[in-house]
Amino acid sequence: MTTLDTKPDSTTMTYREAVREAIRQAMIDDDRVFLMGEDVGRYGGCYAVSKGLIDEFGEDRIRDTPLSESGFVGAGIGAALGGMRPIVEVMTVNFSLLALDQIVNTAALLLHMSGGQFNVPIVIRMATGAGRQLAAQHSHSLEGWYAHVPGLKVVAPATVEDARWMLASALEDPDPVIMFEHAGLYGMSGELPPEGGPVDLETARVRRTGDDVTIVTHGGSLWKTLEAAETLAGSGVSAEVIDLRSLRPLDIDSILGSVAKTHRLVVVDEGWKTVGLSAEILAMVAETALWELDAPMKRVCGVEVPIPYARHLEMASIPQVEGIVAGVNEVMGR
Amino acid sequence: MTDRDTSIELLRQMLLIRRFEEKCAELYQAEKIRGFLHLYIGEEAVAVGVMSALHPEDAVIATYREHGHALALGVDGGRIMAEMYGNVEGVSMGRGGSMHLFDADKNLYGGNAIVGGGLPLAVGFGLADRMRDRNRVSVVFFGEGAVAEGEFHEAMNLAALWHLPVLFCCENNLYAMGTALERAQTQTRLTLRAASYEMPAWEVDGMDVEAVAEAARNAVESIRGGGGPHFLELRTYRFRAHSMFDPELYRDRDEVEDWKHHDPIEMFKAKLEERGHIDDDDWVKLEAGVKAEVAAAVDFADTGTLEAVEDLTRFVHSEEVMS
Repeated sequence: MTTLDTKPDSTTMTYREAVREAIRQAMIDDDRVFLMGEDVGRYGGCYAVSKGLIDEFGEDRIRDTPLSESGFVGAGIGAALGGMRPIVEVMTVNFSLLALDQIVNTAALLLHMSGGQFNVPIVIRMATGAGRQLAAQHSHSLEGWYAHVPGLKVVAPATVEDARWMLASALEDPDPVIMFEHAGLYGMSGELPPEGGPVDLETARVRRTGDDVTIVTHGGSLWKTLEAAETLAGSGVSAEVIDLRSLRPLDIDSILGSVAKTHRLVVVDEGWKTVGLSAEILAMVAETALWELDAPMKRVCGVEVPIPYARHLEMASIPQVEGIVAGVNEVMGR
Repeated sequence: MTDRDTSIELLRQMLLIRRFEEKCAELYQAEKIRGFLHLYIGEEAVAVGVMSALHPEDAVIATYREHGHALALGVDGGRIMAEMYGNVEGVSMGRGGSMHLFDADKNLYGGNAIVGGGLPLAVGFGLADRMRDRNRVSVVFFGEGAVAEGEFHEAMNLAALWHLPVLFCCENNLYAMGTALERAQTQTRLTLRAASYEMPAWEVDGMDVEAVAEAARNAVESIRGGGGPHFLELRTYRFRAHSMFDPELYRDRDEVEDWKHHDPIEMFKAKLEERGHIDDDDWVKLEAGVKAEVAAAVDFADTGTLEAVEDLTRFVHSEEVMS
């Protein structure tokens, strides 16, 4: 697997451990912080993110909830209004649709409808993405739906370092932040520099520099894209890889800056193409930087089908390294 | 029996809501107020009675039919009217309108136009209060139509499961827009729904302000004493249409007229006359005071200003970090 630069004295941990450490430290630092969701306590979290935290903090602050997504997300919003800093875990983005009313109709709107009187400092975390043969109701990538809504901030940490620190920053934000954790990343190990700290929730990062083509991606697709970039380097194509990190707001300046250098753009998104996040990025580039482009833009996205169970079909339904390489080659005219 | 001063104040608040909303209807016809306008006329005893049992620090979440709740909480009538005009002086700076009245000073958290949407918030308030060790009660109002929503059941269960200081006030005015309760629910005895969550639940005559006040007082006292969530079914009736667009095809005119014999203001006024608490002079004074207050509110709205369009995108995110 492609790795990012390693700094001396870094510690190695998994993405899962990084999120857990972020929650743990936040709970130690601020007694207003608590975690709430289905099976976050005694079970240890359906992806084991919160494993062991109930022993350390007790069941009041690591709060198991019934299967009432709308109820407990709404309760999280109420608790945020009541002075707490709740972290609400929803098992997967598919299940979050049961809480869509509270997220979209309440959390995102309250500050505005109240004329600035009531902000909602809540962090809602959820798993997203395919790759584990969990079939259509556990595997979709609906980040783009949330990124559509003014009033929400939407982040998708793809690295261990971002998993550790974006959550900390999200908790400091006065407004609702939705954090998407690609389920395929939980077991991934990475380096965590010793002197980290809160990071911004608005900007993209260049994860690999290059001159010939810009590839924009986020979340679980970052690592496939970096692998594709490595393959492309072997055939003489220098790809720059941008990790969006934040899906709302979209850091269009970073994308435009890169496109101004490479003059070619490919967007890789596990979500569906139609009316999706990738469409938005292409539209933004077309609106402001069309004349920078030397070739038509290209999207490598999830195929327009519910995610199937069968392994070979599931793999075929989401972007893979070969597809990304092929997409880039197409844009390169090769 | 309620003492004279308290009684007169309850009567005054109900009358204020009535006259304020009659004026709203007029201003709607005059196209000063636009959008949806849902009048509370007929249901005044509910908000006034419940609010009389609360402390200033208690939190209130209401529905889109919430002018009465705001007025009973003491929210400034001028700023409510300004909100309906879309003026920047409005309680929500003109961003919310009739359905979204908010006032941080009075702990009024809306004005929620998603039926059932406010109930989980009240659970969260209760949870925060418990975790912060605050002895506060959170009150959420909703119509009987909300009982059909999943959020009602999720919130009732959570509040009961966690034993939270929440008062659920179901304003049963018999119709969810135009759908009668018995056409929507298999179990029309709503207190049984609450009882299934092992929550104390009382049916209350929502046209009798003293009965409402007493029930709310008992519930709030029990909640403050650690009794967990309570449920009140406040049986009431809306004298006006659902909104200004409703031709009222779903109920008989006779039914409406029958209910008007149970007008909460007329009934309470008669009761106070009987007790010798008010006479004609007092009533005339009450009417005059309320009339002046409504006129001042209209004047405030009429002379108000609109927010600059340049500020359109404010309040999407917090402008400064609040904590």
